[in-house]
Amino acid sequence: SFGLWGITLLMGLLSVFFVCLFFSSAFAVDRGNFKTCDQSAFCKRQRAFKPGQSPYRALLETLELSDSRLTLQLINDNNKVHLLLELYRLQGNMTRVKINELKPLKPRFEVPDVLIAEPPTDLSVLSKDDNGVVLSLGAESQRLIVSARPFRLDIMEGPEVLLSLNSRGLLAFEHLRLRKDTNKEEDGLWEETFKSHTDTKPNGPTSISLDFSLPGVEHVYGIPEHADDLKLKTTDGGDPYRLYNLDVFQYELYNPMALYGSIPLMLAHNTQRTMGIFWLNAAETWVDISSNTAGKTVFGKMLDFVQGSSEKPQTDVRWISESGIIDVFIMLGPKPSDVFSQYASLTGTQSFPPLASLGYHQCRWNYNDQEDVKSVDQGFDQHDIPYDFIWLDIEHADGKRYFTWDPHKFSQPKEMLQGLMDKKRKMVAIVDPHIKVDSGYKIHNEITSKDFYVKNKDGGNYEGWCWPGNSGYPDFTNPEMRAWWASMFAYDQYEGSMENLFTWNDMNEPSVFNGPEVTMHKDALHGKWEHRDIHNMYGLYVQMATAEGQIQRSGGAERPFVLTRAFFAGSQRFGAVWTGDNAAEWDHLKISIPMCLSLGLVGVSFCGADVGGFFKNPSTELLVRWYQTGAYQPFFRAHAHLDTTRREPWLFGPENTALIREAVRQRYALLPYWYQLFFQAYRTGMPVMRPLWVDYPKDTATFTIDDEFLIGSDLLVHPVTEEGSRGVTAYLPGAGEVWYDVHTFQKHNGAQNLYIPVTLSSIPVFQRGGSIIPRKDRVRRSSACMENDPYTLYVALSPKKFAEGKLYIDDGHSFNYDTKKEFIHRSLTFANNALTSSNLCPDCNFLTSSWIEKVLILGASKPSKVVLKMNGKETPVDFEFDSSMSVLTLRKPGMNAGDDWTLLLQ
Amino acid sequence: MTCLHLLLTLVFAVSLGTPVEIQRPRGVPLTKKQFYEEGKPFTCLDGSRTIPFDRVNDDYCDCKDGSDEPGTAACPNGSFHCTNAGYRPMFIPSSRINDGICDCCDTTDEYNSGAKCENTCKELGRKEREVLQKMAEITKEGFLLKQQLIEEAKKGREEKQGKVTDMQENKKQLEEKVEALRTVKEAAEQPEKEAKERHLKAWEEQKAAIRLEKDKAKMAEAFLELDDNSDGFVSVSELQSHAELDPDADGTLTETEVQGLMGGAAQVDTSTFESVWTNIKDKYHSEVSRKEADMSRLMTFEVVLGNFGSTLSWLCVVQAPPTVKTPEKSHEDEEAMPPYDPDTQALIEGWLCCQSYSSIRLNIEKELSFDFGPDAEFTYMYSQCYELSTSEYIYRLCPFNRALWGREKNRPENNKYLVMKYEHGTGCWQGPNRSTTVKLTCGKETVVTSTSEPSRCEYLMEFTTPAVCQEPANTEPSPHGHEEL
Repeated sequence: SFGLWGITLLMGLLSVFFVCLFFSSAFAVDRGNFKTCDQSAFCKRQRAFKPGQSPYRALLETLELSDSRLTLQLINDNNKVHLLLELYRLQGNMTRVKINELKPLKPRFEVPDVLIAEPPTDLSVLSKDDNGVVLSLGAESQRLIVSARPFRLDIMEGPEVLLSLNSRGLLAFEHLRLRKDTNKEEDGLWEETFKSHTDTKPNGPTSISLDFSLPGVEHVYGIPEHADDLKLKTTDGGDPYRLYNLDVFQYELYNPMALYGSIPLMLAHNTQRTMGIFWLNAAETWVDISSNTAGKTVFGKMLDFVQGSSEKPQTDVRWISESGIIDVFIMLGPKPSDVFSQYASLTGTQSFPPLASLGYHQCRWNYNDQEDVKSVDQGFDQHDIPYDFIWLDIEHADGKRYFTWDPHKFSQPKEMLQGLMDKKRKMVAIVDPHIKVDSGYKIHNEITSKDFYVKNKDGGNYEGWCWPGNSGYPDFTNPEMRAWWASMFAYDQYEGSMENLFTWNDMNEPSVFNGPEVTMHKDALHGKWEHRDIHNMYGLYVQMATAEGQIQRSGGAERPFVLTRAFFAGSQRFGAVWTGDNAAEWDHLKISIPMCLSLGLVGVSFCGADVGGFFKNPSTELLVRWYQTGAYQPFFRAHAHLDTTRREPWLFGPENTALIREAVRQRYALLPYWYQLFFQAYRTGMPVMRPLWVDYPKDTATFTIDDEFLIGSDLLVHPVTEEGSRGVTAYLPGAGEVWYDVHTFQKHNGAQNLYIPVTLSSIPVFQRGGSIIPRKDRVRRSSACMENDPYTLYVALSPKKFAEGKLYIDDGHSFNYDTKKEFIHRSLTFANNALTSSNLCPDCNFLTSSWIEKVLILGASKPSKVVLKMNGKETPVDFEFDSSMSVLTLRKPGMNAGDDWTLLLQ
Repeated sequence: MTCLHLLLTLVFAVSLGTPVEIQRPRGVPLTKKQFYEEGKPFTCLDGSRTIPFDRVNDDYCDCKDGSDEPGTAACPNGSFHCTNAGYRPMFIPSSRINDGICDCCDTTDEYNSGAKCENTCKELGRKEREVLQKMAEITKEGFLLKQQLIEEAKKGREEKQGKVTDMQENKKQLEEKVEALRTVKEAAEQPEKEAKERHLKAWEEQKAAIRLEKDKAKMAEAFLELDDNSDGFVSVSELQSHAELDPDADGTLTETEVQGLMGGAAQVDTSTFESVWTNIKDKYHSEVSRKEADMSRLMTFEVVLGNFGSTLSWLCVVQAPPTVKTPEKSHEDEEAMPPYDPDTQALIEGWLCCQSYSSIRLNIEKELSFDFGPDAEFTYMYSQCYELSTSEYIYRLCPFNRALWGREKNRPENNKYLVMKYEHGTGCWQGPNRSTTVKLTCGKETVVTSTSEPSRCEYLMEFTTPAVCQEPANTEPSPHGHEEL
């Protein structure tokens, strides 16, 4: 959470080294600390290859076909090295392409623990000749064509090429070799130095590369984490997008530099189809993107069209990784939701979070002591602002020894936790993966005695500097280590912990202050694998083990909540992610939207940015705007650097306290909707916070929008992210659709750019006509306090007087929804002047005391009578009609939220 | 939906001990009882609409101002009144009704949540009375002490004023004395100055020699470190790993730049390294010092948490406890200068003695100019320091200066002598200068009771003193309001 500023602060009179390294008073990343492609030997080597000279040829005579798997050898005509190509067709319209050396000198790393399933299905050969093979991909006349010379793969649907591999001939597979067999001592093959760090490369060159062509595609997305726009840019003339989990101090915006996490999934979208390319590789990876239409103006494109000279737009992508094998999953969609479920079937869906974790989180580096925690907790009550979690950063532990408490500042952790529990609130304490090397520290001693530390190249325990000083790094890739780590969260092991204490994993890239690029040496060893091979997965494993620990401590009964900074494909299964150490600047507020949208597209729905900005002090206006934005983003947590002035919501005068209170209250009122969306995300992989194009895939006007977003399909949010703004222009999508301002209920037509005048209190949010959103308008001091409260249904009618929505209810914290089907899932439909609640899960059972206190129907006409039909009885319902806004309010119909009922407007 | 009790019977005791029953809807304070008349249509208190009485407290919000639901959580802006007999009545937001958390000590806010609340009003009332009583005792005794302080201050002030008058009377005499001393001094000054200079020069030469020697040792050490492959030469690549040497500070140390530092040579041996060393020694960081930087090492240090004016620098100080190991002197430190020879020392002392005459007067005048409170009751703190030892630090508060007292934001017209502001302390790294707010409360003793750092580099101290004790009121304090009676 901190970047490296803190060190010098914390240590006061620390060595000149750090002062020198981080003494840049200008607020910006020190780019010199991080590699460019040119400074990364394999990237430079790979990028030097030019298209159109592929030395690879498919040896068709080696083709073998089983039911679901086709294998074929490739040969590199330059060096006669044989590769093995494996093709699988996977259920749900996916193709897997694996390329490895036929006979590697020793095994090459293949990523474990990311895929939850890889269900293969039938493959069949349609035809074969000397030039190639045609395979059937099952439905929809989809074929896979293997061309022999040069080797390439084309995926076709009817006459159209959807996607091609190695069409530009950039497949390059550096085979394992002995040093003595290397022809020339090319730079960086067997050793590489960056700054003062030398990477010994005992395995020599091992990198891999492959290109993909996407005809008809002009928009590609995904491959987070980068502080950049939603739509990926072409990388010609600059560096490729880099995927290498790094602790970047004071990161810069709008560039392709690597950040804390990596998810090697790219989505390609046009009006006809959405596809995905999932490059399953955990080593340092670079992604080049080029486009034949990039740089062309709209006018230029139109001219091409008119002149008929237009070449088809095409995007070309090239992936380069330092080690491992080529293992690619091609997802063919065709709808955006299909790609999400295809990817989810491989790597899993978002974990279903405890309801409370969707509330507001109050964090700061650091809440000083128990008294401080208590007074902040009381401050929220005094100012009537809800919150669910208060967080403790690294200073809470005894000398940064995680799993312990500072004996003076936090001498009675259980007393503190009980105090929070009495108010139905919770706490998160940080547990980072670096472990202080200290023979008086239980965790260190046990890891040492069990030999669980990552090893350096010479076989000793790897040590590096982090917050506690000299630290060891547990080898989280080792399942035994993870099991042991998980056991440390047991209540009798983690002293002072209680069931309302949850965990935050920071610095898990891993961050090593004195390591190359502030991370671990690539020649460090995790068992038989080099850190080089697994780097981007380290953080995933840390969160996996921590979440497992939280599950185990409750005997498998309770859902975990773990926040992580580093992540990889599959991390969505273990909790929430935040965008790391941002800054209190307007641009950082803006970038929080595309950063979380990009994560949502690749499976990680539970995303947020530090509200207020981590570094520096926000102006009051920025802070208020950030609360208003954060209230409508999935993970809603305020956080601040140690050096910033205090910024609890009530410190900026009563007017601003009121504005922040209102934003947080809007969040809490909408918790039933958020919760239902997370249930849906957990079930289907649909992102919670999404770009507009996901729901309007044919509307090209939505393709680059990243200053507004959808929550589910039904709420459109255009937060105010400009200083001194007097108005925003929101694009309301959907020709023939309508949107209702959620504050005024004013109706607006879809497919228009709507100018909305704003004041400091405005949060432009619209509900889609055709939707029903359940809210709990009785906002209380925490989500748990609202458990039994009644619902108000907001029914927003479409122009055809139709609307539908869902309601999901369970206990909010346990796994009983899964293990015992203890939940309520209802479909709410308004059609033919009747609003009906029907059961979506008849074999589920859960009892709620929540009821329906009010129904608002937006876009309604005045009925003469309203009747509630329930259990065969009809009872009249009072109503009011506001003709100026066409809002019909049904007063206290009173049915239980789990019941079957119909409200008839007559 | 939920069957609600519209009326709540309240039983409580007035001071005479006669039980009285008053009926009113749940959550309504006595002052508003007249607006809620059973059986008659209810008009929202903002006058916005009128509803049948059975919609009061029916768990549905009809009034925009929330006034129809004083006893339920239905209105987002409503408030609930609890009587808290035995303690003090209060209003809570409606959202705290039946949320499972006991807010009212009389348990009336949790009538339908299943929360097991206990009536703690009596206990709270008792405790509050005890606290108030204790406070009253302290105030009483403190106020007596304060009177003494005022008396002492008055005496002290008169004494000092007398001293100043004396001094003024003896002004001429004093001036003559000073003049005489000055003559002596001037006569002595020449040899004193020369002696001093001689001494200094010798010392400078000695220092330079020591420095040169140290530099050489450092250079040799650096050479060994730089020579990674121990071939007896420092090469361009070996030097290049030291990014801190970057001459143009652009973040990269290029080969050309290194060659520049090495004077164009591809490698240097120990003898030729000397010229390279001159180029790099200011920036060079030893590997050893990098490794030795043990991040957990604490050092003894003294940080000024804030000053009143710009003249005094020692007012509010935090110091690491003496138990912490003092680090070895940095090798940049020179040895302490040897003392002056006895003759020079005598001359200097003579001059200092001469100066003290005028400084005494200045000090007294300065002291007399301070604001020691309306009755000079803070005088006794002058030139005193008060310490508080915590597990980590010793805090020392040395009150006073002519700079004035603060005022708490929310208590404008109140006693300004309850807050002291100390500002412009030692700067924080890349942050503001430290500042400290001292809150004064009435106490028999003068002690710092607590310190905290609510925000980075902004400290808060709690300080008790009899000087702020108010004259006790004649009547006994009453713990609860009398709204209900």
